[in-house]
Amino acid sequence: MTEEKMLKVEKIRRGTVIDHIPVGRSFQVLKILNISSDPGITVSIAIHVKSKKMGLKDVVKIEDRILDSSELNKIALIAEGASITIVEEYEVIKKFVVTLPDIITGILKCSNGRCVSNMENSVKPSFTLLSKNPLMIKCHYCEREMETDEIFGSIL
Amino acid sequence: MMWLNRDIVSIGDLSVDEIMEVIDKANKMLPYASSGHPDKPLSDKIVATLFYEPSTRTRLSFESAAMRMGARVLGFGSLEASSVAKGETLSDTIRIINAYSDAIVLRHPSEGAARLASEFADVPVINAGDGAGQHPTQTLLDIFTIWKESGPVNGKSIGFVGDLKYGRTVHSLSKALSMFDVSLYFISPEELKIPKHIKRDIEKKVPVKETKNLEDVIEDLDVLYVTRIQKERFPDVDEYKKVAGIYVIRPSLLSRGRKNLIVMHPLPRVDEIPAEVDNLSQARYFKQASYGVPVRMAILDLILRGE
Repeated sequence: MTEEKMLKVEKIRRGTVIDHIPVGRSFQVLKILNISSDPGITVSIAIHVKSKKMGLKDVVKIEDRILDSSELNKIALIAEGASITIVEEYEVIKKFVVTLPDIITGILKCSNGRCVSNMENSVKPSFTLLSKNPLMIKCHYCEREMETDEIFGSIL
Repeated sequence: MMWLNRDIVSIGDLSVDEIMEVIDKANKMLPYASSGHPDKPLSDKIVATLFYEPSTRTRLSFESAAMRMGARVLGFGSLEASSVAKGETLSDTIRIINAYSDAIVLRHPSEGAARLASEFADVPVINAGDGAGQHPTQTLLDIFTIWKESGPVNGKSIGFVGDLKYGRTVHSLSKALSMFDVSLYFISPEELKIPKHIKRDIEKKVPVKETKNLEDVIEDLDVLYVTRIQKERFPDVDEYKKVAGIYVIRPSLLSRGRKNLIVMHPLPRVDEIPAEVDNLSQARYFKQASYGVPVRMAILDLILRGE
């Protein structure tokens, strides 16, 4: 965390900081984490934060919640390259960058309503990563290629 | 190439060399396509044809191919005749049929159904059409037709005309052809243009020209692949008639094409190719349909015997 950011958003005692979110994507991050339905969680958002690396970026701090691997994979879909900092007792205990795996499973459904993965309960939707920028994936079953907007609308 | 027990789900799973291996093998099967293979090489095999939606032509062509190779055939051609009517899932049906047969030929309304089936079956699965998705044996027989009727695929200029938006044969064949050294022409009304994601993929590999006007490009083509424009794609009947009328393949149009131009169609046709074209030298669509049997004989032999 830089000095500049600490001035804007207070340090947290325990929780997760998601930094380097592409500008404008912080609300999508909150949506997929389903934060708004849990009033017990305090969330701080900084948008349009100046960044040397990105020009502008968003930052989200979530108190008293450590994200699990499924949630981190969802963040990778929306904000590939975002950096995650896990904080305990004001100390950084873990810091890493989220990246998309080559095969994406369990976090989104196929946008093709006629795809067998939307018909059969036994099927776990699975996608191959075609490109990160622009984001593009392909359904393992119906071979539908999905772009950013479709992907965001299909996250479980 | 490893063929034994291999699933044939999507044309994209095959390389150019593998496609040419099927073509070569289909050519060897051609003399036996109407009389049967004298050695009956698949006489100890059972082929299951599971058709969850009706497709008489494809099913009979697969069954004929299997029988010509000496195999026995079982299966169903309608849902009423199967446990599906009782609500059984596809994965359960496949697990069961897996024990009854040496290969499964599947036609299903859901896209990706054959891929799913291949994950539950130990025996090889051949996709005979999954909704608007893949139909790889149709693509293979289309390529075989081009090769047989027009000569080597490399160097050809191939035009697709009609409904290029919804027609899965066009999507699959154009993707497969883009692996060869060809030029592709997409001729359609604005409403039925080839989907962007398919065009984008193809353009990276081969020259592509898109136009509304068939007359502008007819002289450049070696192969004209015609598809049916369906009435239900248009909200207004008059609009449909206007558009469909532009793409009727008349003898006068073909006379302006190259001497060796061939006309293909996945059939059934309606008005887009009038009967008067049938006897012209360019008409190859009935030949094309007949090649379904040798191509499927070749595929069955490759995946069931590995040779």
